[in-house]
Amino acid sequence: MVAIVEGEASSLRVQEVSKSFPAPDDPLSRPLALDAVSVSLAAGELVSLVGPSGCGKSTLLRLIAGLDAPDSGVLLIGQELIASPSAERGLVFQDPNLFPWLTVRRNIEAGLVARGVLREKRDEVEEFMRLVGLEGFANAYPHHLSGGMAQRVALARALINHPKVLLLDEPLGALDAFTRMRMQDEVLRLWQARRTTMLLVTHDIDEAIYMSDRIVIMTQRPGRIERTIPIALERPRDRSRPEFLRLRGDILELLHFAGKTN
Amino acid sequence: MSLSSSLTQTAASLSMARWHTLLALPAAAAIALVVHLFVSQKELPAEAHSYTFFLGLVLGAGILMVAVQPWWIGLRQWMRNMCPILAVALLLLCIWEVITAGLRLLPLPYFPSPAGVLLSLLSDRALLFDSTWHSLILLLSGYAMGVIAGLISGVCIGWFSFARYWGMPMLKVVGPIPATAWIPLAMVVSPSAIFSAAGLIALAVWFPVTMLTASGISNTRASYLDVARTLGAGRAYLIFRVAIPAAIPSIFIGLFMGLGASFLTLVVAETVGVKSGLGWYVSWAQGWAEYGKVYAALVIMAAFFSTIMTVLFKVRDHVLVWQKGVIKW
Repeated sequence: MVAIVEGEASSLRVQEVSKSFPAPDDPLSRPLALDAVSVSLAAGELVSLVGPSGCGKSTLLRLIAGLDAPDSGVLLIGQELIASPSAERGLVFQDPNLFPWLTVRRNIEAGLVARGVLREKRDEVEEFMRLVGLEGFANAYPHHLSGGMAQRVALARALINHPKVLLLDEPLGALDAFTRMRMQDEVLRLWQARRTTMLLVTHDIDEAIYMSDRIVIMTQRPGRIERTIPIALERPRDRSRPEFLRLRGDILELLHFAGKTN
Repeated sequence: MSLSSSLTQTAASLSMARWHTLLALPAAAAIALVVHLFVSQKELPAEAHSYTFFLGLVLGAGILMVAVQPWWIGLRQWMRNMCPILAVALLLLCIWEVITAGLRLLPLPYFPSPAGVLLSLLSDRALLFDSTWHSLILLLSGYAMGVIAGLISGVCIGWFSFARYWGMPMLKVVGPIPATAWIPLAMVVSPSAIFSAAGLIALAVWFPVTMLTASGISNTRASYLDVARTLGAGRAYLIFRVAIPAAIPSIFIGLFMGLGASFLTLVVAETVGVKSGLGWYVSWAQGWAEYGKVYAALVIMAAFFSTIMTVLFKVRDHVLVWQKGVIKW
């Protein structure tokens, strides 16, 4: 396991975090969505969060983003407590959620405009459009883009703020298999170039093994951390190597097991 | 063999259909002109002269366009689109003339012939222009006030929960009252009729604009707001750069509904209190039993209101260019 340097600026620590929501059919009961979840990411680490659907992965990401507050527990970026959303924690959803009324360029600029630093950082817009290969589409509107292109805009829009942590909530889930594999390499390239701490929620075990330093497996609702599996394979990884396939088998078995006991 | 011959036939009938379309306008104009000349034999030449000239002009323009269109693609497309409608409009005018001036089936002076209406339109053009101008000023000032007030109250009600709590009941109770029902009160309260009319138009516009703006704002996709927050957006960015742009399609529906309400209120206010404008002109002409002028004013009104409507559509197309191909209305 990667050693966590205590208090490093872009490390992420989630300690004993619980979160409940009112049940849709019975407003008086509040079943737990997350039950005392603890997970830590070292600065620059890429960690995947895998688990059955409804296990609270997205809830955990929203808590880290600061969009929701936990019932109990502590969330820290470096030494700082997470209290509200901030540009230092970028979030990319499965739906790219581009602002449809803005062109590609204006979408990528959005974070700079929101923080009032567009004037100083205008040059970076070009840089980020190049980084995700969208130079030719600066003035296109989002509904003209394919799913993969839209998701690249969403990545550039999140990255232009130079977030300490990038939270990815099944960002490639809606893409076809080939676009998906290409985008996995693209995200890896961005990660290797910038060494942003990344937390990736995914349903795809191959994707988790292919991309991450560690895989955190969650149980069914209420979400708990079942197991953490370090992936020690060399990058770039080969999806057909026996080590890869063995890991895949282990995790599938584990998920099946996790599904049975809860 | 038979397939290719049927294809040729289809192509031939297609090009025939095209020629039918292109020739429809001059043909209709010619029919209307012949009918008019026949019908107006008994009438005074002055009555009939301007309408003869008008139909002749349309006929000439139609023939000219058919002659020019092989070298002008834009014109040809426009003609293919518009010729059937224009031709039918001319034929309807023709039927109207036969019923009124020709067979005298409808009582005069209430139902003048198209020639009579055209004559009234031309002879009273100065006053009609003046009335249109006054209506335009009144409409635009009232509409602008209503839109500004509606946007402000709509954004507040849509975004702030306390504004929603206190504003919504008032909107639901006061809003549905037709603005014209306030006329008795407006006459007492306001210093001048023009001022109260502008206020009433503003009120009529304010309600739908507020309603649709508020609903557009409060229906902003939560994920847009979440994304903006994680990009570092403050409240001003969330309101002005996320919620309002997201609400624009809904706001435009409110603007169109408000425009319709403003036309109605304008005409009623001008008929009842204001001493100028097209609404006033209609009731004034009716008072003198000059029904040719009444219809002339109605024709102007139709052109005036539909022009304003078209302008608003153009504005919408420009503002909502990002939705191109997404909406259809």
